[in-house]
Amino acid sequence: MIKRVLILAVLVFFLILFLSRVAGIDTPAQLTGVGAGYVDRSVGELNSPNVVTAVVVTYRGIDTLGEVSVLFLAAAAISLLLGSTGKKNGKGGAKEKRSASEILTTGADILVPVIMLFGVYIFLNGHLSPGGGFQGGAVVASAVLLLFLAYPGFRLRHGILAALESLSGTAYVVIAVLGLILASGFLDSRLLPLGETGRIISAGTIPLVYTLIGLKVGTELAGIIDSLGGDR
Amino acid sequence: MMMTILFIVIGVVLLLAALLAVHMKSLLGAIIAVGVVSLFVSILFLILGAPDVAMTEAAIGAGLSTVIFLFALSRTAGRDSDDD
Repeated sequence: MIKRVLILAVLVFFLILFLSRVAGIDTPAQLTGVGAGYVDRSVGELNSPNVVTAVVVTYRGIDTLGEVSVLFLAAAAISLLLGSTGKKNGKGGAKEKRSASEILTTGADILVPVIMLFGVYIFLNGHLSPGGGFQGGAVVASAVLLLFLAYPGFRLRHGILAALESLSGTAYVVIAVLGLILASGFLDSRLLPLGETGRIISAGTIPLVYTLIGLKVGTELAGIIDSLGGDR
Repeated sequence: MMMTILFIVIGVVLLLAALLAVHMKSLLGAIIAVGVVSLFVSILFLILGAPDVAMTEAAIGAGLSTVIFLFALSRTAGRDSDDD
């Protein structure tokens, strides 16, 4: 009984805390401070019509590098814990896996290439339209997931996956350091010519970085799905 | 006006799905309810003008994490909890 009263008291305390904060908020009519700075400058400085991308890849690029490393750590830990213990439970393979229904396999055959292409489009066009490396990578991984659901025996080639992932991660850091040397800072995207606004090859290194992030996130998430859903 | 109604509908669905996710007996149903929460949150993000966030929420929240929960459920023998 006393426990419940305590819980209720804590909840009421948080409610009052939140209400007192929320009551003071009114939506500002225009951007102020650093937000206004980003919106004003990103098109002129970086030639990236999608301001979010300019912020994520360049102005706050080091945060993105941190996010990528966090995801890498998570993927590494999962494959360490659950990963391909592989061939040792060979006799376990005798347990027949139920194959998917024909509707699912037919649907997957049609949809997987389209979803994969859409994911690539999202990260290639990150500087022009909403989306970017993380979103594109997640969409690519969901195509791989559909393959797993449709074909339970489907295996990924871990060697290629790991090579692609580490190559794109290394290239990302190399580009970041090159920005420090050749342009004005770590992850500065003005390393390459900015090009013409709205073209797919423009905005300096942003499309390149987003492609690398997309590949890295896609392979990592696909690896997570593989080690979770694999060899049972 | 139209927008307000839409927000209220989405909010009610969100609350219901979240409550279902906590209180449902079957773990499978709870996982689906969590996926529904993510899906509606992503619709909300889209309406509020954050398509980037909406994309991430739809792909990661509604898609991948739901399936990862399902995998985890099937690897832990797929038992539903008996108590509470």
